[in-house]
Amino acid sequence: MLKEGTFRNPSGCAVVGVIDRSGGLMSGEGMIEAIEVMHDRSNGLGGGFAGYGIYPHYKDFYAFHLFYDGKKAQTETEEFICRHFEIVYSSEIQTRKVAGVTDEPLIFRYFLAPLPQKLSRSHLDEREYVARCVNRINAQIDGAYVFSSGKNMGIFKGVGYPEDVGRFYRLEEYAGYAWTCHGRYPTNTPGWWGGSHPFGLLDFSVVHNGEISSYDANRRYIEMFGYKCTLHTDTEVITYIIDYLVRRRGLTLEETAHVIAASFWSTIAGKEESAREQETLLRRMFPSLLVTGPFSIILGYTGGLMALGDRLKLRSTVCAEKGDLAYISSEESAIRRIQPSLDRVFAPAGGEPVIYELYDKGGLA
Amino acid sequence: MEMYISPEYEVVRDHDRCIACRVCERQCANGVHTFDADSGRMVADSAKCVNCHRCVCLCPTHALKIVKSEDTYKHNANWDNRTINEIYKQANSGGVLLSSMGNPNPYPIFWDKLLINASQVTNPSIDPLREPMETRLWLGKRSAKVERDARGKLKNTLAPQLRLEVPILFSAMSYGSISYNAHESLARAAEELGTYYNTGEGGLHRDFYRFPNTIVQVASGRFGVFKDYLEHAAAIEIKMGQGAKPGIGGHLPGAKITEDVAETRMIPQGSDAISPAPHHDIYSIEDLRQLVCSLKEATDYKKPVIVKVAAVHNAAAIASGIARSGADIIAIDGFRGGTGAAPTRIRDNVGIPIELALAQVDQRLREEGIRDEVSIIAGGSIRSSADVVKAIALGADACYIGTAALLALGCHLCRSCQSGLCNWGIATQRPDLVKRLNPDIGYKRLVNLVTAWKHEIEEMMGGMGINSIEALRGNRLMLRGIGLNDRELGLLGVRYAGENM
Repeated sequence: MLKEGTFRNPSGCAVVGVIDRSGGLMSGEGMIEAIEVMHDRSNGLGGGFAGYGIYPHYKDFYAFHLFYDGKKAQTETEEFICRHFEIVYSSEIQTRKVAGVTDEPLIFRYFLAPLPQKLSRSHLDEREYVARCVNRINAQIDGAYVFSSGKNMGIFKGVGYPEDVGRFYRLEEYAGYAWTCHGRYPTNTPGWWGGSHPFGLLDFSVVHNGEISSYDANRRYIEMFGYKCTLHTDTEVITYIIDYLVRRRGLTLEETAHVIAASFWSTIAGKEESAREQETLLRRMFPSLLVTGPFSIILGYTGGLMALGDRLKLRSTVCAEKGDLAYISSEESAIRRIQPSLDRVFAPAGGEPVIYELYDKGGLA
Repeated sequence: MEMYISPEYEVVRDHDRCIACRVCERQCANGVHTFDADSGRMVADSAKCVNCHRCVCLCPTHALKIVKSEDTYKHNANWDNRTINEIYKQANSGGVLLSSMGNPNPYPIFWDKLLINASQVTNPSIDPLREPMETRLWLGKRSAKVERDARGKLKNTLAPQLRLEVPILFSAMSYGSISYNAHESLARAAEELGTYYNTGEGGLHRDFYRFPNTIVQVASGRFGVFKDYLEHAAAIEIKMGQGAKPGIGGHLPGAKITEDVAETRMIPQGSDAISPAPHHDIYSIEDLRQLVCSLKEATDYKKPVIVKVAAVHNAAAIASGIARSGADIIAIDGFRGGTGAAPTRIRDNVGIPIELALAQVDQRLREEGIRDEVSIIAGGSIRSSADVVKAIALGADACYIGTAALLALGCHLCRSCQSGLCNWGIATQRPDLVKRLNPDIGYKRLVNLVTAWKHEIEEMMGGMGINSIEALRGNRLMLRGIGLNDRELGLLGVRYAGENM
């Protein structure tokens, strides 16, 4: 079979996320327990986690997580990194042997600051500079893959059931204010570590369940703006769309939701004038970024989580709240496992974004 | 010496059925049928027959059929009957051969070598009878800036766009080449369907100023172009070329320039209307930009400007130039597109298929990052809803249909429009023939056709799990090629049937 990333690979999945809106920290253990309930929504070919607020001591630096197939790729990549960044700290990511997780690549972590001269000579915004470096490593260095690149957040993923992947990465040792998790059920892959989810770019991370029918329309459009869809997954293209609309075009998350999961024209027609105008305008400006077909995603970003489902609601999403804690999941059972008593449980409508953010975003990057 | 040419088709009459009612005689403007008083029977002169099937359709006893003549020259794979006859005709007349409608020769039809995807198991198909299915779209530039007002609301910074309820427009057909009643049918149907029709280069009859969905054309002859014309348009199309006759201008024989047509075109009655091959104010891409801007200036930047070009070898680079010219929409017309009159050699030998041109133009504009600068309308033999779906998946925003629309009005593709004797009342200006096309019926048949296609498009979209036409645009993974070589697959940007996603 072809290596993953050389062909399009749709998959079914389970997703779950949690945030403590007061900024309290939780270990990754809760997510592991929650996703374990949805074991049958994965098939052992991929699992992963994203944690926010987990690197408080290095919060001002870009945390790169890398997979290497071998030492040659590592040497080549580190040379590239040294040409573009100052390495503040680097080490192998600590893991433990777990029966269900095999064939792991070399896994390294770097905390980086862009070289000031290089950055200013590039005439790029700092985040754009970093994003381009990530793309270059992934597209041009054979056997190297940056799978996490945000500040004060990290993605941990691999091939196996998600609960096993979580234990492999010793996530109980990390503490973050928000976590997302993904269990994967790909339909045509032998499994590649880089192909697991969450997919991340800078501090955005996306976990996704579904198989979108608009994939090639979205991909061919977003690639006009310098993105390179090397993985051929829905999650990758959705992440790039969000990055493009939010970071590069300056839309709000709600506006982004109205592009990706736009209301039907017939629904828009029934809205009050201001909403009708704004949503019509967004559909007219970005029609090629409408995503059709089933999906439910959890977007993680600095300070918050957003749940969004397709406009026909072809995939389940449940949201729940308990005090400062807010939960998003494919199935309510996963939430109940870690929080049996809830103040509120609801299923958002198709295309309706649900956004949970820290009450106080001050002090965050 | 005038060489006798044996007719290509023969009129065959079943005399057991014929009641000599003489309907066929009255219906045939070519004078094929006559009543022979001596024998009391109808007779036919096949040499005059153009095979338009008017008599066959109207014969009350179904006594008529038209068959291919068995008369043939000695078989020769190189010199076939048609080739030989064309030599005789040219030796007889010394003239350029004229033809009408689209290229009839057996070139590859790539639409028929593309197959559409459908959902199974991993994602659901969507039932258009039970769920919303959106075929609405907007044509024009989408490259707008994100700007906000004082309250943080997004400002509408979009250039003017055209709203379509279906991804199908009626392509340019001029008043003169087709009749008043044909035009009225197209205009009324477009209005009811929520789409647009196109005046072609024949000007706009004042009676049609009332239609809000007119695209007016500015062609090299500038026929009928003046202030009121531009002001009554929803959009303005600069016609640089036409798929049926790339590189040359329009041809309307003087016989079709009646008083009304002459007034609308602003030319003398009875004069041939031969528009120049190029626009004589456009010899380069920067000249095109000036005309685009002039037209926008003249209409207060309120109307989108379309630039229509024939699909030729360098289509992608030309489109790239147009996308940077200020135009809002590019219309590409393939070499199988129709015409009211064109030199046969040009129609049959110049230009390239729309499928290849469209795929290359869309890809090139994306590679240059300027696909949002223009919308793309593809035309030049879109024959069915499946062709529309395939065109959009290749990268078109919408499709022009011309021949299909005329067929809905009764055309039988006899390809004799240039004679002006259309028995169906379409490509004629003779009042007795024009009145055969009742606009009340004609417009309804056009509405039926496009409505039927819309349903079919919705079914195919639903099958793919797509519920907005905009998510189909450029979605080439939804297509697979069959019977194509690697180079063709590469140019079309599709994989072979059986290849995975």
